[in-house]
Formats: sequence, C-alpha cells, structure tokens
Amino acid sequence: MSNEIDLSQFYSIFVEESSELIEAMEAGLLQLELGDIDDEIVNTIFRAAHSIKGSGATLGFNEIADFTHGVEAMLEEMRSGERPVTKDGISLLLECVDCLRGMIKRCTTNESNDQALIAGLSGQLESLLNTVIPAGEDSLNLSTETTTAATTNTATTNTWTISFQPHRNLFFTGNDPFRLLRELETMGDLKVQVNTEHLPGFVDLDPQQCHLGWDMTLTGQIEEDQIRDVFAWVEDDCDLTLTLQRSKQEVDDPASSGVVDAATVSEGQTITDELKAPNNLKAAPEKQSSESEAGKPTPAAGEVAVTEQKKKRRATDTAALSDGFGEETSSIRVSTDKVDDLVNLVGELVITQSILTQATKNIDPVQMATLTHSLQQLERNTRDLQEQALNIRMLPISFAFQRLPRIVHDLNRSLGKQVKLKFTGESTELDKTVLEKIGDPLVHLVRNALDHGIEMPEQRRAAGKEENGTIEVKAFYQGGSILIEVSDDGSGLDTDKILQKAKEKSLVDEEAELTTEQIKNLVFEPGFSTADKVSNISGRGVGMDVVRRNITDLGGRVEVRSERGRGTIFTIKLPLTLAILDGQMVQVGDQVYVVPLLAIVESVKVKPGDIHRVAGEAEVYKYRNDCLPVVRLSEAFGVQEGRLSLVDGLLVIVDVDGQLIGLNIDDVLGQQQVVVKSLEKNFREVPGISGATILGDGSVALIVDVPALVQLSLTHVAA
Amino acid sequence: MAMILLVEDSASMRQMVSFTLKEVGHDVTETEDGAIALEYAKNNDPVDLVITDVNMPNMDGLTLTRELRTLENYKFLPILVLTTETDDSKKQMGREAGATGWIEKPFDPDKLLAIINRVL
Repeated sequence: MSNEIDLSQFYSIFVEESSELIEAMEAGLLQLELGDIDDEIVNTIFRAAHSIKGSGATLGFNEIADFTHGVEAMLEEMRSGERPVTKDGISLLLECVDCLRGMIKRCTTNESNDQALIAGLSGQLESLLNTVIPAGEDSLNLSTETTTAATTNTATTNTWTISFQPHRNLFFTGNDPFRLLRELETMGDLKVQVNTEHLPGFVDLDPQQCHLGWDMTLTGQIEEDQIRDVFAWVEDDCDLTLTLQRSKQEVDDPASSGVVDAATVSEGQTITDELKAPNNLKAAPEKQSSESEAGKPTPAAGEVAVTEQKKKRRATDTAALSDGFGEETSSIRVSTDKVDDLVNLVGELVITQSILTQATKNIDPVQMATLTHSLQQLERNTRDLQEQALNIRMLPISFAFQRLPRIVHDLNRSLGKQVKLKFTGESTELDKTVLEKIGDPLVHLVRNALDHGIEMPEQRRAAGKEENGTIEVKAFYQGGSILIEVSDDGSGLDTDKILQKAKEKSLVDEEAELTTEQIKNLVFEPGFSTADKVSNISGRGVGMDVVRRNITDLGGRVEVRSERGRGTIFTIKLPLTLAILDGQMVQVGDQVYVVPLLAIVESVKVKPGDIHRVAGEAEVYKYRNDCLPVVRLSEAFGVQEGRLSLVDGLLVIVDVDGQLIGLNIDDVLGQQQVVVKSLEKNFREVPGISGATILGDGSVALIVDVPALVQLSLTHVAA
Repeated sequence: MAMILLVEDSASMRQMVSFTLKEVGHDVTETEDGAIALEYAKNNDPVDLVITDVNMPNMDGLTLTRELRTLENYKFLPILVLTTETDDSKKQMGREAGATGWIEKPFDPDKLLAIINRVL
C-alpha cells in the first residue's frame, strides 16, 4: 500500500521551494559580504541549506543532499562561531549556491550534473573545513553498507533475554512500554513476564508513573542492533539488559562459537546505529531511478505568492537590504490564473455596480431610502473589493531587486571596482506582471552604471571622489505610478562623445544641431554604444534600446538625467498595474475613446495658424519650439459620424519616449479609472488599440495604444 | 485513525509526510512553524501524535516540544522530532526537551509509517 507512494509527485514543489531557499541563501551571503555579519542572517542561510539537504535526501536526490551537506557543515561552523566569516568563504559559498541552483534545475530532467564542478567545489569546501568529513556524512550514504551488513547475517537465529525496567518518569516522554513490546513481538517469538517488584501499595500508587518492569525472551533472526533500535528512544529512561542465550547459525560459518558475552547498556552509552530498516533502504534506490524516468512533473504555471505583508504598513523608504530579513510572512500559493479570474470578475462587478448607480440616478432618495442606502453601500464595498483584488497581485519590488547584488558582486570582481549597491523602498509594491518584466531592464541599467558610469578607483581618487562608487536603486510611488531610479555617482554622460559616436554610426546627420537633452536620449537608440572596447559585460550596443522598449511595452517610460562628473540617474516610470488604467475619456465623433493618462502631457485648443502642412499631406502642430506630427483620431479609426473640424476640436499632446505627437479629438470628457479588457482575448488584435473597457453606462470604449499611434505618425511623416 | 499534528516549514517535506500519513487513513493537521502549532494545540482538542521538524523559523521544534509538555493535554502525548542530525547530542537535546523519539531524515514512506506505528 505505502509502497505505491510515488515520490515524484513532490518533485516540483521541491524544486520550487529549493529555488526560493537558494535565493534566500544568496541574498544572505551577499549581505554578509557587505560586512553586515548578523547571527540571524547566518542562521537563515544555514536553515535554508539544512532544509534543502533534508528534503533532497528524503526525495532521493542524493547528489544534492551530499553536496549541500558540505555547504551546511561550513555554515554550521560559521553559525557556531568556530569559523570567522571571510570574503573567500563567502565567495566559495556563492559558487556553491550557483552549482546547487543548477543541480536543482536539473533534478526533474534526466540531465546529469557537472561532476567535475561538484567535486571541485566539494573538495574546496572540504579542504577549507580542514578535517575529514565530519560525522553525519555516513548517514547519507549508509544505505548500501547497512544492507550488505544485514544480509550476511540474517541467517543466524538468536535467542535473547531482555530485561527492561523503565524509570518512573517514562510516561512523561510520551513513550508507552506496551508499544515497545508490541514492536518486539513483530520481530520474532516473544515471551513476556511482568515484573511487579517495584509496584507500591494502592495508596501510594501514582498512575502517572511507571512502576512495572518486564523480562522477556525473544527468538528469531535478530541482531542486537535491531533490539537496541526499538529501545533507542527510551535508553536514557530505563535500565536495559540484553543477553544472548543461544545463537544457531544455519548458513555459513558453522564453526563460530555459539555463545556471545552478555552486553549491558549502561546509562549514557551512545548507540550509533539507529533505525535502519534494511529492507526499506534497499528498496529505495531502485524505486527512485524508475521514478525519475517516469515522472517529470512540469513546475506549476506562473504563481503568485499571496502575501500578507506584515511589513506593508511600515515605512517603505528605510534604506538597505536588511529590512527584508528576519521577517516571516504567512502566505499561500495560488495560481495566477485564479487571481486573474478574480480580478476580472471584480471588474465585471464594478461595471454592473456603476450601471446600477446610473440607472437609479433619478429615483427619489426619500421614498426609496433603503435602496439608496444599499446602493451607496454597494458602491463602497465594490470599490474596496476591487482594491483588495488588485492588491493580491501586488508584490514588493524587492523581488526584482534580488538579482542585482549578485551582479554587482560579480562585476566588481571582474572589473576590479568596489561599487556599493544601495536599495531604497524595496517594499514598494507593484503588479506581478509589471514586476516580472522590470527585472531585465533593471539588471541592464545597473550593469551599465557599473561598467560605464562609475570610474576605476584611481580615476575616482584623482577626481577627489570616494574610491568606492555607489549605485542606488530607489523605488517610490508618485500618483498612480511607481518610479524606479537607478542612479550612480560616476562620471556622468559625456555628451560630446555621445554625439560623436552617434554621428559615426549615422544615427544623426553630420550637421545636426541637438540639444543636450536630445543627445542624452541618443543612448536609447538602437545600435548605439560608446564603449571603446566591446566587453562581455555591457556595451554590445544592444541593451538600452531594449530597456526602453520593455518599459514602453509596460505602458511606462524611461528618462535619463546626468551631470558631468557627478553621475547619472535613469528614471523609470511605470503604471502600478496593467489590470486597471487611469484614463482620460475623449470624444471623437460619436465615439468615446480612452487615452492613458500617463502618456498625456497636456491638452490644447488649436488655433488656425498653428497647424501647418508638410509636403502637402502630413499636418504638424507648432508646439513651443517644436513641430509635432498631428494624428486625427477620427481618421485613424475611421469615425465618420458627427466629427468636428481640426480647429474646432482639441489636441491632446502625448509623449512616448520623449517623442511628442498631437492627437486630434473633438472634446475631453472625464477622467476615470478603467478596467482593462484584452481585445486579443475577446476579439482580435487591432492596430492602434491596446484594449477596451466598459463604461458606467454599459457602453464599450476603446483604449488608444499611444506608442503605436506615435509609430504610425512618424512613418507617415517620413513617407 | 489517529489525529496527527504535523509541524514542518519545508513545503515539500510537509506534503510528503502528510500525504503518506493520509494515505493510510490518518487525519493530519499541517502547520508551518512551532508558534502556529502551539497556538493550534492551545485552541483545539488534543491530537494523538505530534510530528515536528527541529529547525524552523519563529519557534523551533525543541522549544515547541517543551511548550507542549507544559500543556495538560500534551503531558503524555507522543511527540516525534524530524531531524537530519545523526549525532547524538542533538537527539539528547530532543529527549531533554521532552520528545518521545525522533525520525531521521532521509526516510521513505515505509520507514515513516513503521516509526509512527511505534507510538500509535
């Protein structure tokens, strides 16, 4: 029955859990490296290693368990204070963490591990530990040895006399002599005699204490260890005497003497062989190998940890990684699909609620007091519900920061710099979808800052700066958006060099006159790179444009500010969530469209003289010192009914990556938070439209895809 | 069958142990750390057996064992600790805390059930 339990069903959760533990180990190690040696951190790292070892061994991943054992042994010494926490030690442990990460990734596939790497690291650990592998190691490999030892002897039939006299306090350990006797009975032929000599008179009888003892004889193919094993839990709470009466060998070695000396266990004597059920252990390796072939569970689809953030209400802007430590959050794992469904349903509910509100606008609140009151209640509850539902998807941005310390650590080593990384506001929360996509751009910005931004220590000294540069990653809320700043105190952007490079690469005309602002924005152009030599770190000319595209895809934008010799700041502005949107309703003919508020710079009334035609076709609008392409939404979307002429309407100036265009509309209506419904999912992809929403009156409004329109207008002007 | 309180912070271990016990018909209450388990023990009918990990955040298994032993209902109850420690000092600590016995990791389902049988 129990033999059929298929351990492979626990593999995927093991992989997931171990991956999290590995992240925790890495984060902890990196923090130790900063010189912040805190017992609690060492403890957390140790616990993580310990957990991986235990679960790994239980599920049959012996390679992982063995390897982690070495790591754990080293951590144990650090934890107990026997070993100082050194840079080299941390670096080695970090390498081990990487190796372990690979092993865990491969444990559900049939790929084999890099034995040389594992052996190398284990060797290094061992030599650092400078001792033979400490006790405990054997336990992981003991299965085969025990099995062979047991099989050669099973043919001997022994008769044991056992004298078992429990101490009075035995019951207080939860042990019950009856169960021990019952277990002995399963091993062979058991005869029991109760010993009542210590039983007091009834008046003095304390039923919470054990007064009885037992004398037994046990016959069967039983070794001493097996009997000791039964009593292992009570050895300190009883007097136990084992004597071998007769030994009859039925197979090999008939010459051996029949009687062995009596063995007496005195208190405190340690028993080293425990709980080895040889048959089980023997069965285990075969079972595992067949399972690893059969069951290859795919890790669960995207999941979001629904986290009850205990620290949420705390100040969000306390510096340093430390505030993420030592805090335990209680959470459950829920598939993102479920959360999405919930958010979607709540969205529907919000719409129904606002339809109800509109439909009952004209009722008499006095006559229908209950109804009015309930509707108000409903509105409040729906709003709260929506907020809470969206909150479920929110995770602290520290998840996206996790990879950064490691990158800084590695780059520092390979470049010979000593850059410090500082975080602010890691508990700032944002939508999981946004969070997942912001990781890569952040990595790239930090890499760039370290590689290009911050100078070598000697240069910094010459410039009168601190030798260690600092990169600060800061997250905070601003309105309905989240702002992430990546700033360095390096040399700043060299505008002359950028312009020169851009000209070399024909990104701008040879004669072009550009403002400083425009020059700085050239770093986001595809194919731009100022690194004199292409390194494998950054400077391959792909990157910044990808960063910008990723961010634009999320409905956000990225800006750069820089001062020569003082440093550079990249600012990423993102919507908090993609599920709802702060929208500006605009009227175009008989249609209502939604323009994302984040993209809008301003809305202006058009004066006839401000509109010019270029090449007879394209219209441009004179805005400050610039000429902006104008896109008539009515034309772009083919709205025929009731539209106004250009000069009677308005221009909404929108900004995408610093490129401004004017959207011609008829009128601006209200601003409103709208629930975004995907068109692709419900209909099909429509160019120029990023989604749809349902308004309070039940009508559908389309959401304008501003970046796509900008793209459209630019090709239009160019053509 | 028996009511078992399982205390283990590692989700994979917890699932594996719980699954094995439920397979043979036991009723398992799963908790993630000692503090939660203690809270459970104080506010619910006593279980028949407690199985607890040692290394856990918030409250470790040994502290939990000591705390449980102070509760009237848990005075004589079997409490087993899950441990990867093969060295005897750790087991000694478990015993001193009042644990009935221990289950050494790694173990497979059969071994687990065999050990459980010793106390149920």
